[in-house]
Amino acid sequence: MTELLVVRDLAVSYRGVPAVRGVDLSVRSGQTLAVVGESGSGKSTTAHAVIGLLPRGGRVDGGSITFAGQELTKLSERRWREVRGSEIALIPQDPAVALDPVKRVGDQVAETLLIHHLESKRSAPAAAAELLRRAGIDDPERRARQYPHELSGGLRQRVLIAAALAGRPKLIIADEPTSALDVTVQRRILDHLEQLAAEENLALLLITHDLGVAADRSDEIAVMSQGRVVEHAPSRTLLAAPAHAYTRQLLSAAPSLATEPLRARRDTGEPLVSVTGLSKDFGPVRAVDDVSFTVAKGQTLALVGESGSGKSTTARMLLRLETPTSGTVIFDGEDITAARGERLRLLRRRMQLIYQNPYASLNPKLSIADIVTEPLRAFKSGTRKDAAALLDQVALPSAMLKRKPAELSGGQRQRVAIARALSLRPDLVVCDEPVSALDVSVQAQILELLVRLQEQLGLAYLFISHDLAVVRQIADHVGVLRAGKLVEYGTAEEVLHRPRHEYTRELLTAVPGRLERAA
Amino acid sequence: MAELIAVRTGFVLRRPGLVLATLVLLLVLAWALAPGLFTHYDPLSGVPRQKLQAPSAAHLFGTDETGRDVFARVVHGAGLSLRAAVSAVLISLVAGSALGLIAGARGGWLDAVLMRFMDVLLAVPPILLSLALVTGLGFGTTKVAIAVGVANVANFARLMRAEVLRVRTGVYVEAARAGGVRWYGVLTRHILPNAAGPVLVLAVLTFGTAVLEISALSFLGYGAAPPTPEWGSLVAGGRSYLASAWWMTTLPGLVIAAVVLSANRISRALEGERHD
Repeated sequence: MTELLVVRDLAVSYRGVPAVRGVDLSVRSGQTLAVVGESGSGKSTTAHAVIGLLPRGGRVDGGSITFAGQELTKLSERRWREVRGSEIALIPQDPAVALDPVKRVGDQVAETLLIHHLESKRSAPAAAAELLRRAGIDDPERRARQYPHELSGGLRQRVLIAAALAGRPKLIIADEPTSALDVTVQRRILDHLEQLAAEENLALLLITHDLGVAADRSDEIAVMSQGRVVEHAPSRTLLAAPAHAYTRQLLSAAPSLATEPLRARRDTGEPLVSVTGLSKDFGPVRAVDDVSFTVAKGQTLALVGESGSGKSTTARMLLRLETPTSGTVIFDGEDITAARGERLRLLRRRMQLIYQNPYASLNPKLSIADIVTEPLRAFKSGTRKDAAALLDQVALPSAMLKRKPAELSGGQRQRVAIARALSLRPDLVVCDEPVSALDVSVQAQILELLVRLQEQLGLAYLFISHDLAVVRQIADHVGVLRAGKLVEYGTAEEVLHRPRHEYTRELLTAVPGRLERAA
Repeated sequence: MAELIAVRTGFVLRRPGLVLATLVLLLVLAWALAPGLFTHYDPLSGVPRQKLQAPSAAHLFGTDETGRDVFARVVHGAGLSLRAAVSAVLISLVAGSALGLIAGARGGWLDAVLMRFMDVLLAVPPILLSLALVTGLGFGTTKVAIAVGVANVANFARLMRAEVLRVRTGVYVEAARAGGVRWYGVLTRHILPNAAGPVLVLAVLTFGTAVLEISALSFLGYGAAPPTPEWGSLVAGGRSYLASAWWMTTLPGLVIAAVVLSANRISRALEGERHD
């Protein structure tokens, strides 16, 4: 079979800084090629060059992109508009921002049809509804009249898929199509996309950071690092016998492909915090409903659930950043449910929080030294001089002390946040999705760091995550939350290997990377 | 370092208007600090023989009806006019920011009461409010400055409150609270520095309008008592001679206009840099 898209020796730079160098790729009709890499590896830049939508400042310096025999790099803007949508379509990354908030979704899908003169003004709405139906949306006529904010993340992603299919393209580029979605939704979307591609004999270029997703969904995988393709092979070969050192590093870091916990699991211990019958109402909505669990000293309890399941709210009530509507929180034998003022502030010394997004949780105006020692100074138990020792604990050089957060990478920032949380030697650290904003290899480093610190300092962790693959590596006990209710709670061994609840089983099967191992 | 200077030079060369605006403000500031360096004429006593002369090399801005050099009066008036404008801005900046900070950070009924009061202030045209205040306070440059400052408090309070509301929900603010930092620490170290940017831009912008408003009030006769030179009263003083001696109103008026435009240009540059 002939190649549909051939990229040869592609070079792209941003204002003279090379982003992509000497990239060769090819995709056939009916085939899925996954391009895997971490942020900054050039995978999205390659994808955007293929559809001629490089961001401002981006320039193709050399190489060729041929699509169905036609050279794309020399096209005029006018010719590009004919190719985009009708020959090559893009499913963008973030469904929250990729749709126009003031237009009905049906009109947005119909726009492609009208631009390429595939339908008349009169027939377009019905055609758009049909496309929405094919993208897996129930009751498409009603949905077509809704605005993006009325739809969930999964539905919005389906709308984007419908819009991509509208022009009957031969190649679809999916740029991290599901990384903003929950795992169960992610699986349904990817299943559907795969099925559509098979029906229409489409070529699919799947851009992803998740080697697990790539392993499940693609025929071939190209691994990119620092603007180059370091390895390109059929998926099964690549996973079974990775040739390049970087691929091996990615494989060992990918949580979805690892099965062993990072340390031996512990079953029993002295309780540190226990919550009973915890509930929280936001207006008429019950966000958390009658949740009870215990975190033991030196152990990790993971709370798992999808977005909106109430896991973060539960953690915030335990830390008393929210006040529970009902229920009690007992910390080290003391009822802290009604603690306030100075008593609550003194409690903060013993329980700390690490946030999901290290880009938002550090004050951009302060130096790293100020940030990590702030809790110490608040309790007058240390000064800025202690900052170097705190950074050393999280394996950061003391040269960073004078820098501002903006000068650090995501992984370094998360280390700073961990150093800050540990500065007061707390007994309990709540980790709210501490690795989900980070690249996989950085994720692995941070998880190892957390486990090492737990061993050294005897910390108890309450670990909030949507990712069962991560939980599998570090948890001693697991609680599964759904719509505010704790549907399953037990040791990690039981919950992850012998799940009793239907929903837990569904979550487990949705973890990417599973299909390949089962095969 | 050389690279940095090259970058800076490029930045400046591409913005001639900004350079000009900075030069204008620096010049006016120099007038205010050392008026003797720029003119050797006495601003108060004139030479009657040289009255109502048109602008020339000897008298850059011409002379007035008693033979005083208009340029000398503008230069000597700069100190008083600028001091009034700066105090007006400081009053509105400090009072407005404090009120906005309290309203935004505390929330609840206090927020509602303060902001409804600010709405009332905003509903009255600022010049009318200043007039009413200065009538109550009495005449004089300081009192005019207070009146203009108070009339602008509401703008600062609103902007500061909006910024505080934005910053307050930030994760790092909650992180500080979860780290056991006391409320005033959170307010001064986390909320205030991150909310202050747009407010400072507004302060520079207000400096321009304050010069204008103070000039307007002294034009109406509420400012400095004659013969003390002050920009607004200079414009007012030349009014009767507009037909025969245009320079007496026009040239001091143009100086006021140049200062206002320069302040606007600089505040726009400050705002832009925040977004870069």
